[in-house]
Amino acid sequence: MNHWIVAPVLLPAMLAALMVMAMRHDLVLQRVFSVAGSVALVAIAAGLYWLASDGTIEVYKLGNWQPPFGIVLVLDRLSATMLLLTSGLGLGVVLYAIGSGWDGRGWHFHPLFSFQLMGINGAFLTGDAFNLFVFFEVLLIASYGLMIHGGGGMRLRSGLQYVVMNLAGSTLFLFAMGTLYAVTGTLNMADMAVKVRSLAPGDEALMMVGATLLLIVFAIKAAAFPVQFWLPGTYANAPAPVAALFAILTKVGAYAILRMYTLVFGADVPAVGSYFSELLMASALVSLVVGSIGVLGAKQLPRQAAFAVLASMGTLLIAIGLNTSAGTGAALFYLVHSTLAAAALFLAIDLVRDAQGPTTRAPGGLVATLFFIAAIAVAGMPPLSGFLGKLLILDASRNTPHMVLIWSVILVTSLMLIVGFTLRGSRYFWKPLDPNWHDPGNFDEDGNPVPALPLNPLALAAACIPPALMVIFTLAAGPAMRELEATAQQLRARTPYVEAVLGPGAFATPPAEE
Amino acid sequence: MTAHLDVTLALIAALPFIGAVFPGLMIRAGRDACAMSAGWATLSAFILLMTLAPAVWHGETYSFRINWMPMLGLNANFRLDGLGFLFATMILGIGMLIILYARFYLSRSDPMGQFYVYLMLFQGAMLGIVLSDNVLMMVVFWELTSLSSFLLIGYWKHTPDGRQGARMALAVTGMGGLALIAGMLLLGEAAGSYDLTDILQRREAIQASPLYLPMLILILLGAFTKSAQFPFHFWLPHAMAAPTPVSAYLHSATMVKAGLFLMARLWPVLSGTDAWFYIVSTTGLVTMVLGAAIAIFKDDLKALLAYSTVSHLGLITMLLGFGTTAAATAAGFHIINHTIFKAALFMTAGIVDHETHTRSIKRLGGLRHLMPITATLAIITAASMAGIPYFNGFLSKEMMLESAAHTTWDGNGLLVPVLATIGALLSAAYSFRYIGHVFLGPVRDDYPHKPHDPGFGLWAAPAFLSVLVLAIGIFPQAVVGSFLQIVADAITGQHLHMHPLKVWHGLTPALLMSAIATVGGLAVLLAFTPLDRLWESLPKPDAKRIFDRMVETSHDICGTIANHMHDGQLTRYVAIFATGTVAAGIIAFVTGDYLPGTRDMLPVDLIDVVGTILVIAATASIVVFHRSRLLVLVLIGINGLVVSLIFVRFSAPDLAMTQVTVEVVTLILLLLALHFLPKITPRETSWARRGRDGAIAIAAGLAVGGLAFALMTRDFSTISGYYWENAKPGGGGTNVVNVILVDFRGYDTFGEIIVLGIAALVIFALAEALMNGRASRRLANWEVTQRYSRDRHPLMMVVATRVMMPIVLMVGVYIFLRGHNQPGGGFIAGLVVAIALLMQYMASGFAWAQDRMKFAYHTFIGWGVMIAGLTGIGAWFVGRPFLTSAYGYVHIEPIEEFELATAMAFDLGVFLAVVGAVMLALYCLSRIARRTGETVNVTPMDFDPSHPTETTQENG
Repeated sequence: MNHWIVAPVLLPAMLAALMVMAMRHDLVLQRVFSVAGSVALVAIAAGLYWLASDGTIEVYKLGNWQPPFGIVLVLDRLSATMLLLTSGLGLGVVLYAIGSGWDGRGWHFHPLFSFQLMGINGAFLTGDAFNLFVFFEVLLIASYGLMIHGGGGMRLRSGLQYVVMNLAGSTLFLFAMGTLYAVTGTLNMADMAVKVRSLAPGDEALMMVGATLLLIVFAIKAAAFPVQFWLPGTYANAPAPVAALFAILTKVGAYAILRMYTLVFGADVPAVGSYFSELLMASALVSLVVGSIGVLGAKQLPRQAAFAVLASMGTLLIAIGLNTSAGTGAALFYLVHSTLAAAALFLAIDLVRDAQGPTTRAPGGLVATLFFIAAIAVAGMPPLSGFLGKLLILDASRNTPHMVLIWSVILVTSLMLIVGFTLRGSRYFWKPLDPNWHDPGNFDEDGNPVPALPLNPLALAAACIPPALMVIFTLAAGPAMRELEATAQQLRARTPYVEAVLGPGAFATPPAEE
Repeated sequence: MTAHLDVTLALIAALPFIGAVFPGLMIRAGRDACAMSAGWATLSAFILLMTLAPAVWHGETYSFRINWMPMLGLNANFRLDGLGFLFATMILGIGMLIILYARFYLSRSDPMGQFYVYLMLFQGAMLGIVLSDNVLMMVVFWELTSLSSFLLIGYWKHTPDGRQGARMALAVTGMGGLALIAGMLLLGEAAGSYDLTDILQRREAIQASPLYLPMLILILLGAFTKSAQFPFHFWLPHAMAAPTPVSAYLHSATMVKAGLFLMARLWPVLSGTDAWFYIVSTTGLVTMVLGAAIAIFKDDLKALLAYSTVSHLGLITMLLGFGTTAAATAAGFHIINHTIFKAALFMTAGIVDHETHTRSIKRLGGLRHLMPITATLAIITAASMAGIPYFNGFLSKEMMLESAAHTTWDGNGLLVPVLATIGALLSAAYSFRYIGHVFLGPVRDDYPHKPHDPGFGLWAAPAFLSVLVLAIGIFPQAVVGSFLQIVADAITGQHLHMHPLKVWHGLTPALLMSAIATVGGLAVLLAFTPLDRLWESLPKPDAKRIFDRMVETSHDICGTIANHMHDGQLTRYVAIFATGTVAAGIIAFVTGDYLPGTRDMLPVDLIDVVGTILVIAATASIVVFHRSRLLVLVLIGINGLVVSLIFVRFSAPDLAMTQVTVEVVTLILLLLALHFLPKITPRETSWARRGRDGAIAIAAGLAVGGLAFALMTRDFSTISGYYWENAKPGGGGTNVVNVILVDFRGYDTFGEIIVLGIAALVIFALAEALMNGRASRRLANWEVTQRYSRDRHPLMMVVATRVMMPIVLMVGVYIFLRGHNQPGGGFIAGLVVAIALLMQYMASGFAWAQDRMKFAYHTFIGWGVMIAGLTGIGAWFVGRPFLTSAYGYVHIEPIEEFELATAMAFDLGVFLAVVGAVMLALYCLSRIARRTGETVNVTPMDFDPSHPTETTQENG
């Protein structure tokens, strides 16, 4: 049994406890440990990815109890991918928080940040539906703490929206869990997958109710229409590094949908069929439209970025809703991309906010470049991975019943995103604020507007990390996509996962591979 | 046809991008170094391209493949044939001239580094389009030209025209690009490949495909928007806000030619159908005539040239649309000629602007005397644009007229030739106006700036191009004959037998049309003043105003929609959530089979009835009295107690104990928190709103009740049997609930104590944040309006809690120790101890008690998580997974044998975290209280009978 599997949960948990216990009065000490922990997490996640990359599914039986009775952690390609993405993003964000000084603007940034990583990692690793609930709680409460970090009226107000909507979701999670437990008699996801496929006929209706409620819970996390309302205010008002980290938080919802509605409530379950994928597709298309409307109509950059996240979640859920192997592969590709892109955008916007120049709303040079790159990525313009992701989704939705609709929505909303970003971008970066803009003292020797405050080099460097990762991801799109295709296939095969957890022959009749 | 594999091709495509890095840096070494660094990359690429020329000349092709995303069919495949070679030569050749020209054109205050970076990015993107073999890769470069041209057009960012022109160009060409994406995906499907090499072989399959028409329309949308064809032509004139070098580059050789390139590239597979002919040639014809007509009356030099570009692009589009090889050849030839004369014309216009500080034709005239060199160059190139013999434009115009003369449109053999002649006539007219109204005529004395010829650097590029104009115009076959042959072969995908290019073809219909055009053009110029007045009086749609209003309106509408939807109205969010959930649940329920449960109902006794009535009554009262917050708290307490009674009733003592203690702790904390809030909730909602919310609440309640009923009336088998059997043998405890909490599902508990700990940390951070904001000032100005008891720390309470303290602590320890086998455990024990401490704090005041507390609460939480975690990690050392428990029995005299389990250490962690979390929350509330000016007592009670004379309070 490989103890490293539990490390992505334990390491940040213990680190956070240590910080609370012994370092809470010293920011420098917290920074050192927080960065060290993030680096270690990257290394661990990379190691785990390597471990999972040969296609084996590792199961870690907590407390040495046999599944389905005890809780298991399951490391497969999908969870390893998510861990790696989280740790990479986490390192960039924590460096930015330090560089920009955000971490010192309130209490407990670093412990909460560590707990947040623990919650996210735990959600990706767990093979137990109730344990997923527990980690949803961990990441919800930690994210609420991070969201209102630094305080302020607007932030607290939108924090309330966030926490209330998500607490409502948590309550519903319990209802869903209770219903599913009553129908399947188990909490282990693999076991549930088996039980759902051998359900007594009279139980189908209740199973569907439980699964639907659960889908709504995940939809809240993933900010899908019509439970997306909390997102724009929350992301726009959250501290920038937190908003950047939240890029992965919505993906937790997407991940949960991907996992549960493939493994457990897959289309091969007779009562399910295409029910959930159709539901998801409808919601996703509307989400994308709503997000794009918001981007086109936004007056401020942070709110625009928040709506862009909404739009990207819509796009991602379209791919998931296709419920085909190609669609899932495209979804994973777009998931990685949109996480990095959203983080890049929020960090760039924070630099803008920090350094409004005397002549323009935003400094030029590196900050403008970062914004331009992030906007291109978020809008899905070439040459970055957003374009590739959209192309993959268009390709995957070819010859599906909704092809024309999906293509039209994706392409038209892309135009809305482009126009929206050019409207705000040209206003912030190009339009002079000051009638005396041409005073040479307002420009540096490269001809860029001088920012009001010098930008912190660490913050600048850290803000380059998500775009840099994105560029690497774009260049290595071919190999990366091969990996993600294998991931999608492993996810959709179901039987290997279930047999890894419950032992060979767990399925009386293995479900059809898709 | 032989194909060579050559990495040079990839290098050529990459060089401009590599070159884009340097100008941004080299500007620090000076403007010359900056320009040179850009020119170096372009020159290198050009030289490399020329090394490939000989083979291309022989009709051979080069290719190079780099796999990027093979699963998608998107690969960096490059290909060079005659057509690609023509465009690459234009892009790099004109590119070098532009770099030279721009070096002298840009003023000292323009950030030159940025200019060259954008220019090189654009050059790279353009080169990518024409060298791509993979059509998806071509789309990538296509969109890159839109993006980089956005930066170039908006280069003078401080001008509204620059910003708006850039946005408009990106919106229109970006839209076309998106359509092109869809078109290319369909093309790839119809052709079975995304590589041009394959696509060009599959004409039949593509034209027979049901996807042909949608694909054609989508691809043409891309081409027409890029090449500014009617009705998408409007962005091009507004892109003139860019510096002139940009206009000269984008609107002669590159950007707008990309659309033509695409049509020429796909000509072999897409052309020849009716759909192609009618869509492409009609659009081209309309654009040609319309653009030319508008151009005549434009007073802005660059606007005139912009519309002339629109017109000439229309001309070439029309030729491609005809679908004949002769027309395609003419198109290829005119692409060459137009590039040469139009680049030069833009440059001369830029020189005039640079020297006179105006571009308005109405303010110019007579410049031939003041700037003879510029005038000469402008006249040569404008004559070519007008289609005068012995200038290169004449030859291709003649070929165009020839093709037009043989074209029938829907059975009408006159329509196309007549309109083409009119187009040529108008074209001649604006060319003559450009010459006549700017350079000819008397010298004026009211130029904004007295002009003279610029330095060599500025006129070198147009001069070179003018020489080409004449060379091709006079010796066409010698200069471009064989080149045109390979270009035409590449466009049509056949080996054509071409007649040698000649200026004089004898008396042909084309010559007649040409003569009409030239004479007519002169006539229009002579009658310009009345015509101009007529034109001014005509109603004309202002595309920019329409476009701006469209964008503005959609921005406003979208903003309104999005902001109204997401206005922070939490009640609506939750209402939608609840309604949606209930509806989705019901629909889901209906989709599946349902058999009602068969479980027998339990008998109802008095306690059940009383409990049920209490819950219902309390809940109903909450609804009725919800404005009185204190009362609501009490009513919620009733609910909590009844719930714990229900647990007792159904034999769940652990849950009951937990529920009771949690209830007490939360009520106390809530009570303290309520103190700082208004005592009454104001009425804020209308009756209708309350009715709606009430209906939703009732529906949700009924749905949940129904669901619970459906679940509880069924018999179901679960994993809980395993827990019953294994709690003692496996977990060493007989209290199954506790064994589940600390062992079977200890990992959940580990997560939950962390949730509790985080909650306390968040409360702390939130309270701290409140301390330095507006809320803090409000707290500081807090006035106690209600009457409170003066005896804040009553003697009786102090004494009672002091006596209770050791007993309660003992109970806590007892509950903790027995937890593994009897109802109890760390969580409940933690709450019990927390209540004991809470009571002390309430009795004697927080500060007084705090002074006697030796540990920080943060530490409690930290230790709690640590201990629980370390207990779990301990299992690693015996090779077991995290949280594996062990237990054994210990016998120490005189105590009886007792059990020790690692789970107990875990439970200790739980205990500490619970105590720490509760106490930290209390600490925060007390801090807020202190901020409101609450006094701190130094003695345990307000009135201490043992020290009756002492003052017992001081202000904190």
